[in-house]
Amino acid sequence: MNAIEVRGVRKTYRRYGRRKQFGTLKSALLSGRGLRDLKPDETLDALKGVSFDVAAGRTFGVVGRNGSGKSTMLKLIAGIGKPTEGTVDVRGKVSALIELGAGFHPEISGRENVYINGMMLGLTKRDVAARFDNIVEFAELQDFIDAPVKTYSSGMYMRLGFAVAIHVDPDVLLVDEVLAVGDEGFTHKCLDKFAEFRRRGRTVLLVTHSLDLVTRFCDEALWLDAGVVRVQGDPRRVIDAYRLDVAKSEDAALQRAAPDAATSGIWDPGSGTRNFEPSPDPESRIPNPGIPTDPPDMFRAIEGRWGSREVEIIGVELVGNDGRDTHLFQSGDPLEIRMRVRANQPVSDLVFGVGIFNAEGVCCYGTNTRIDGATTSAINGSGEVRFAIDRLDLIDGTYKLDVAAHRENGAPYDYHRLLYTIRVSSRLKEAGIFRPPHRWGFSGGVRVSGLDTSE
Amino acid sequence: MLSSFRHLLRYRALIQSLVARELKARYRGSVLGFFWSFVNPLLLLLVYSFVFTVVLPDVHPAELEPFALFMFCGILPWTWFSSSLLEASNVLIASGNLIRKVLFPAEVLPIVTVLAGLVHFCFGLPILAAFLVYYNVPVVMTDLLWFPVVALIQLVLTVGLALLLSALAVHFRDIRDLLANLLTLWFFATPIIYALSQAPPSVRRFLNLNPFTHLAGAYQEVLFRGGPFTDWRRLLTVGAASLVVLTIGYAVFDRLRDTFAEEV
Repeated sequence: MNAIEVRGVRKTYRRYGRRKQFGTLKSALLSGRGLRDLKPDETLDALKGVSFDVAAGRTFGVVGRNGSGKSTMLKLIAGIGKPTEGTVDVRGKVSALIELGAGFHPEISGRENVYINGMMLGLTKRDVAARFDNIVEFAELQDFIDAPVKTYSSGMYMRLGFAVAIHVDPDVLLVDEVLAVGDEGFTHKCLDKFAEFRRRGRTVLLVTHSLDLVTRFCDEALWLDAGVVRVQGDPRRVIDAYRLDVAKSEDAALQRAAPDAATSGIWDPGSGTRNFEPSPDPESRIPNPGIPTDPPDMFRAIEGRWGSREVEIIGVELVGNDGRDTHLFQSGDPLEIRMRVRANQPVSDLVFGVGIFNAEGVCCYGTNTRIDGATTSAINGSGEVRFAIDRLDLIDGTYKLDVAAHRENGAPYDYHRLLYTIRVSSRLKEAGIFRPPHRWGFSGGVRVSGLDTSE
Repeated sequence: MLSSFRHLLRYRALIQSLVARELKARYRGSVLGFFWSFVNPLLLLLVYSFVFTVVLPDVHPAELEPFALFMFCGILPWTWFSSSLLEASNVLIASGNLIRKVLFPAEVLPIVTVLAGLVHFCFGLPILAAFLVYYNVPVVMTDLLWFPVVALIQLVLTVGLALLLSALAVHFRDIRDLLANLLTLWFFATPIIYALSQAPPSVRRFLNLNPFTHLAGAYQEVLFRGGPFTDWRRLLTVGAASLVVLTIGYAVFDRLRDTFAEEV
């Protein structure tokens, strides 16, 4: 049996106010909601024909980017608002954790607010009275329950809101990203409560950005993208597909940011003028300009390019394991930095260097041809310099690269400071800077299972 | 429609608690607290008494003496009426967060403002009673039985208008500003600080179309003028009209209900 059935749901919002449409009082009353009369550019489809079922007793996760229609979907299921087209059927009592403590009145006590909130959520006064002690205990507010709610900390406020909503004891519980706030202990408590809901055969629909939560807790997941269902099914499969897509668009954003960084005002202390080196064919490096993601901005303050320019680095490519220019790497992937260099005059006093910096500005690794033992180097005309790392054993994060050509005494010909960005992703969330290849071993009475011991 | 009312009945405990919260929260933090419910009408009466017995002592006929009491019979219910409507026109917008986030019958909110106004009205009654005793006005007991009927009709009318205004104000915010001025006009178009008989006959016809004319008249009849209450036919007509207003108000509210979550 399905607890939630969503059939061909479309939800259209007005992009602007209602002003133009309801010119008169009469049209407001007679036409009600004449969305069909609006031109397409005046409306916004938050959901474009979404259909899915949630079987009773399952924990169902919904993921998607901001603005993909997740919260709209949740509100329609909760009955706050009606779909423009299609139907939403929910069997049983619904409780929605959309905003905790919505409707609390700051001036009156927590006790009175619990009663009023509980009754708003559909309990009778007697129901609330019977659950009151449990609610207060769950919220850990025994000492403050008779104080006005305006004196509560935001954590206390939220705990009380959550406690009331969860004690409504619904058949279908809708949760919208409420676990993101609150301290560790309370989050655990909430998760325990969800687990208890599952054991008792209740249905939980969870909208969240915490993908780990979905893979850990949900029986099924759904990925909403720009108002349509992209994938539904096994949580791990859905989450992996979603992660891959997010990574792709991050890559696209970095691709766009890179030429931008290389050409935007670069200070040249040698000549006292600004140099603009157009990056090679910027248009072709933008695979998907439609994805609106801000360029990463963390090093803007100190990045730049300088040098005397007898030797110039005129192009930098970052190549992954498929041999293509990319900015996105998995931890453990190979990385090759390819620099196209050009000498404006023959030079024999020459060192090439690279450096990798993490988001905190810590140098994770840096080396140059001299450190690595080069004895003589020279350049005449143009050529390519390749620096290959077999395994990029960095932890999950964003990194910036330095590449440089300079004299043996360090005086730069062409120094590119933090101009190139790579994103290293890893399924594991380790701490630190680098990720040495490692494995665990156990013997004697120690039993640990589930670890990948192949590494 | 009927099912909506039945639905509402299920929420009566919530309405009760919200009215109590409204009253408690309103005076929280003030020195006089609940006394303001008594003091407010008293101060209002003082203002009008000052104007009409000190500044303009000669504009009212002798039959309306004591004039302060006469005015009080009208001002007290009018305050309930006008403040309820003013608040109702804003209540859905002010509770936007609640409407967007929690599923519950929104009509509870305007109804609560009207009922909170009714409670304040009731707090003003002891002061009215004190005036009656002070001026030694002979009150006919059988007339007093009509008092709750008049108040009930006013309640029906006010709830109907409150539902209508609160729902429309979500879409037409202008209503909030318009209403304040409209209510001032309505106040002077109601025989509260004058008697209906003072108005010229041509104007009187229009005043008779105003339902509050008859409500105020009924309050004055019951409390101020002696003699048996004779105007009940008119009163019941207003009662029937109020039921129509309530039906229309509720229907409009119901019609626009689904749009609230998007518009507030």
